[in-house]
Amino acid sequence: MNVMLIDYGAGNVTSVERALARLGARSQRSHSPECIARAEALLLPGVGHYAALIRSLDQRALRAPLLDALQRGIPFLGICLGLQALYETSEEAPELSGLDLLPGSVRSLPATVKLPHMGWNQLKLTRPSRLLEGVSADAYFYFAHSFAATNVNSEAVALSNHGVDFAAVIEKQNIFAVQFHPEKSGAAGAQLLQNFLRLAA
Amino acid sequence: MSLAHRIIPCLDTDGARVVKGVNFVGLRDAGDPVALATRYNAEGADELVVLDIAASRDRRPTFLETIRRAACELAIPLTAGGGIRTLDDARSVIRAGADKVTVNTAAVARPALISELSREFGAQAVVLAIDAKRVNDHWDVMVRGGRDSAHRDALVWAQQGVELGAGEILLTSVDRDGTQLGFDITLTSAISRAVWVPVIASGGAKLPEHFAQVFSEGAADAALAASIFHDNVQSIRELKHYLSALNIEVRLPC
Repeated sequence: MNVMLIDYGAGNVTSVERALARLGARSQRSHSPECIARAEALLLPGVGHYAALIRSLDQRALRAPLLDALQRGIPFLGICLGLQALYETSEEAPELSGLDLLPGSVRSLPATVKLPHMGWNQLKLTRPSRLLEGVSADAYFYFAHSFAATNVNSEAVALSNHGVDFAAVIEKQNIFAVQFHPEKSGAAGAQLLQNFLRLAA
Repeated sequence: MSLAHRIIPCLDTDGARVVKGVNFVGLRDAGDPVALATRYNAEGADELVVLDIAASRDRRPTFLETIRRAACELAIPLTAGGGIRTLDDARSVIRAGADKVTVNTAAVARPALISELSREFGAQAVVLAIDAKRVNDHWDVMVRGGRDSAHRDALVWAQQGVELGAGEILLTSVDRDGTQLGFDITLTSAISRAVWVPVIASGGAKLPEHFAQVFSEGAADAALAASIFHDNVQSIRELKHYLSALNIEVRLPC
């Protein structure tokens, strides 16, 4: 199996590529609609501004083939902005439409805590998770974001907290997404990526 | 459940080697950057900072190669800095595998650089490094490797930097750097309480107590040190167990 990394110009594609390579997985980066349409598994990394991700998906005409692939059951993993993109909208760029696969919108974390939420935090499991299989319940993951899905919906299998609870891990059939960076989260992150590869195989 | 306090080893590099000095002068060799990066990744470091202290144009390719090789070994975030003057400089270290860049002298000279980087890479990727030195009742911002005063108040500069788009402050006490007398708690606490972004305390660490103090009293979100880790004076693993026993939240290595 070959994982297609959707390369919209985000800074962390290289890190994700290296993390997958360390696990012995094959991956390939692409920003062409044709490649996404043919992919066996898709990974949407993302860091930075929500608008940059959404605009790039639309400018490169990737939205339709991506939604189509997800509809066909192609395994998908979204990282950070790749999770936020699944919702209807984001407060970070309210004028843009998200992928609208999950209800609700992404909001700013509260001003009562230091932002960005940057560093290592833990998860609260809300139901059994396929992505977190074999990961210790008190494991830490690396986060770097100021916006989050705080209107926690039923697709969140794990939450984290920074001033407020937010969706940290999403699992909805073939759609997986994490707010943290597994590619930067040491052994726990590697285990999660390994689980995704196994689920996608 | 809350955010863990981060322990960050720092590699000051000159060409292809890690160097160290006292109060920014008297440099000596401290090893191979990639070997140290690999060791810290395994020992439970939460992040790694690699700085190009020479920051000369002709040695830039060597630095980028160091970043590239270190990034391949790391499963933790990597911050690179030293001599980042333009968007292109930042782009080249991020393409080489860094997750964040630090800016210092060039941002003091042209604060708009912070906004440009923040727009391009996001605030979480922009670390404003401030070298602060006590002068009477305040701290002066020092530039050019801690040598010259920018005649600017460090506290005001930290706030401006955050307004411009910095997502984190790497705060070094020039007075304490290399002394191993402990972090400057007053400085760290003043800056940390004045900004809404995370603050990394740096300069003066030796004992585990220094780290406990900078987290509890200094309100630091992360603490950075160099030579005590390179020389095995302090193991990251033992340091984290010490902090954890004091109920200071840290990510314990497995």
